[in-house]
Amino acid sequence: MIVKHDVVIVGAGLAGLRCAIEASQNYDVAVLSKIFPTRSHSGAAQGGIAASLGNVEEDHIDWHFFDTVKGSDYLGDQDAIEFLVNDAHPAIYELEHMGVPFSRTPDGKINQRKFGGHTRNYGEKPVLRACFAADRTGHMMLHTLYDQCIKDNVRFYSEFYVMDILVKDGIVRGLVAYDMTGGHYVTIYAKVVMFGTGGYGRAFKITSNAHANTGDGLGIVLRAGLALEDMEFVQFHPTGVYRYGILVSEGARGEGAYLLNKDGERFMERYAPKLMELAPRDLTARSIQTEIDEGRGIEGKDYVHLDLRHLGEAKITERLPEIRSFCRKIVGIDPVVEPIPIQPTAHYSMGGIPVTVDGEVLADGKSQKVEGFYAAGECACVSVHGANRLGTNSQLECVVFGRRAGKAIVRFLTTNGVEKADLPEDLIKTSIERVEGIKMNEGDQKVGQLRQELQEVMMKKVGLFRDEQSLTEALEKVRELEERVKKIQIDDKGMQFNTDLTEALELDNLLHFAEIIVCGALNRKESRGAQYRRDYPKRDDQNWLKHTLAIRKDKKIEFDYKPVIITKFQPKERKY
Amino acid sequence: MIQVKLKVFRFDPEKGDIKPRYDKFTVEADPTDKVLDLLHRVKWEQDGTLSFRRSCSHGICGSCAMKINGANMLACEANLKNFRDPTNITVEPLQSLSIFKDLVVDLTDFFKKYEIVKPYLINKTPPPATERLQSPEEHQLINESTWCIQCAACTTSCPSNWKNPQFLGPAALLKSYRYNFDSRDEGAYERMQILDNNDGVWRCHTIFNCVEACPKDINITWHISELKKKLVSREY
Repeated sequence: MIVKHDVVIVGAGLAGLRCAIEASQNYDVAVLSKIFPTRSHSGAAQGGIAASLGNVEEDHIDWHFFDTVKGSDYLGDQDAIEFLVNDAHPAIYELEHMGVPFSRTPDGKINQRKFGGHTRNYGEKPVLRACFAADRTGHMMLHTLYDQCIKDNVRFYSEFYVMDILVKDGIVRGLVAYDMTGGHYVTIYAKVVMFGTGGYGRAFKITSNAHANTGDGLGIVLRAGLALEDMEFVQFHPTGVYRYGILVSEGARGEGAYLLNKDGERFMERYAPKLMELAPRDLTARSIQTEIDEGRGIEGKDYVHLDLRHLGEAKITERLPEIRSFCRKIVGIDPVVEPIPIQPTAHYSMGGIPVTVDGEVLADGKSQKVEGFYAAGECACVSVHGANRLGTNSQLECVVFGRRAGKAIVRFLTTNGVEKADLPEDLIKTSIERVEGIKMNEGDQKVGQLRQELQEVMMKKVGLFRDEQSLTEALEKVRELEERVKKIQIDDKGMQFNTDLTEALELDNLLHFAEIIVCGALNRKESRGAQYRRDYPKRDDQNWLKHTLAIRKDKKIEFDYKPVIITKFQPKERKY
Repeated sequence: MIQVKLKVFRFDPEKGDIKPRYDKFTVEADPTDKVLDLLHRVKWEQDGTLSFRRSCSHGICGSCAMKINGANMLACEANLKNFRDPTNITVEPLQSLSIFKDLVVDLTDFFKKYEIVKPYLINKTPPPATERLQSPEEHQLINESTWCIQCAACTTSCPSNWKNPQFLGPAALLKSYRYNFDSRDEGAYERMQILDNNDGVWRCHTIFNCVEACPKDINITWHISELKKKLVSREY
């Protein structure tokens, strides 16, 4: 079956939907998602979206600019960051005009709260910058954008699992997908493909991410022979619920929650005396893990406490209701009367598909564009987050760069017309054969078992603290899993809603890039942002102030590097 | 650890099933596990063909609404310790919808009704350069209605909906409220025309099943009643 559209977007989170709204003003746009659009993981974002609106207290674009650069440990590209912080204002006002129900100040403006690493006057003290809708900000934006897409007649293909993108001679021609409810394969023939496919927290055992977050877009890009950038930078959110990994927003600390060790000590005083609990995530997560590793976890276990009790029931109910709700229902505690047991949780991928500031995908990660291929959001690496992302900057990135990609797509189609390049039948055939091969494969390995082993080794050896030995061991394990995955056998051989098959394909995608994360971390002999090497505890600007690029060629991974774009803020020692 | 006897509704038309059946699985579980954990254990360790939807696993994405021991709820929030007998759990698909496979229901109709109520802000006045102002009190009026995650637990628990599949149902009506009562919206008149008939608000007989089923604790019936009041008073 073949379906035609001008633009096809993969992923219905904030980046994909924002791009769809922009492009659908002029062109015929379709959005594919492996789950229903409002199930996308953007909806789980809680705390807020950054913009220096200054609605509650003085703030400036330049302060936001500096905080983001410093937060990135100077690996962020400053030309892109400038777009991020400048476009934040119109992008958020547009969201408000679309109907996002933001929480309000007494005078009716969008309310703002504090968040980690966002400061007044270049690092003086935390600033009120995160626009929020209680602790459901992502949910509100996702649903509002979906509603706008209905208004704009965007065509949705829900529960379509994208298998491969069709790229030939450097030109995009569409993609191949598995229609899960229809029970067949379908080719979408399009002039433009845009990826907003999200992250891959499910490569790790403890994660805040949904089951759907398996980095499919990244696996697809590698199979198409394209590059990935900075994959060694994986963010661990400081406060995941102990054992579950469920995110407790930084917004909780923004409202004043404390981090306490077994002695009841606010231990952040020793790690970040100025910003305390509102230090950036890399630093805060490592501080928590250090407390745990040095025996100061609660009852000697692998967690510390996030204490909200002093905020009082009224404030918790008004500002953090969703956190209270899932703590009661899922964890079985009430944060009004008990502290929340937390541990760092795999949360966000700073790396991804290398793109220009207009979302154009770079085949080699440097200058060679893939005609008609765009990406934005967590799956992309533009790179505004460098080695460590600040809270609330990811939703902002989705909206700002989804919007920019949409505008760029309109410009591209206006200049080049909607006439499509030929459909490469051979690539369609290869893609379907690969999936059929996995479906019908016989062997003694199970998807669930392999995924669990991958998640465990990534958590243990490629986590917050890394060194040569842990990474070498991880590499060995990942390579073993790459071999064993060839011998998987699934139970379900049907075509109707076969999640046994999609889980196998997801695992295959995870294993496509897991080795790149490990090798990237192994190569980078320094500590920067989220990458912390015990054997190289210092940042090394002399040798490593550069982006990693990786390509898979004939099963082998080739690494390359490119310089960081520095326009305004020269690298300095990073202290909070 | 406890042993849970899990009874699961199975139906796969692709395999030629004409009637559904119930499969029984025995699953090891921690007393605080969720029903979703049990379903995962079955799928990953016992029977890979078992099909169900899920994603976020903490009650915000709305994928895993299903009928558990007779009541609609999210499987990811269904804590074993909250069941009278946590060792006997029966899982079935949401009622009144056709079934693709096992616990996976066809939600096409559910989302079509959502689109019918014009679920988007209608405001023809050009916006200001910054935000449209909205007081905290005005925001409060729509706050609860915005919590909806479109899980379909309410609509599929509604007897009026079982009897009259044309009924827009609580989820779509709640969405209508969410925009009709938004101080920034100018579309109430167009939306109210859609609601003012036998398949609209008047089909709601205040049975409150939706309120009981809602995993986000939204008082949906109250919101529908406010729509009725607005219609009767012609204040739109």
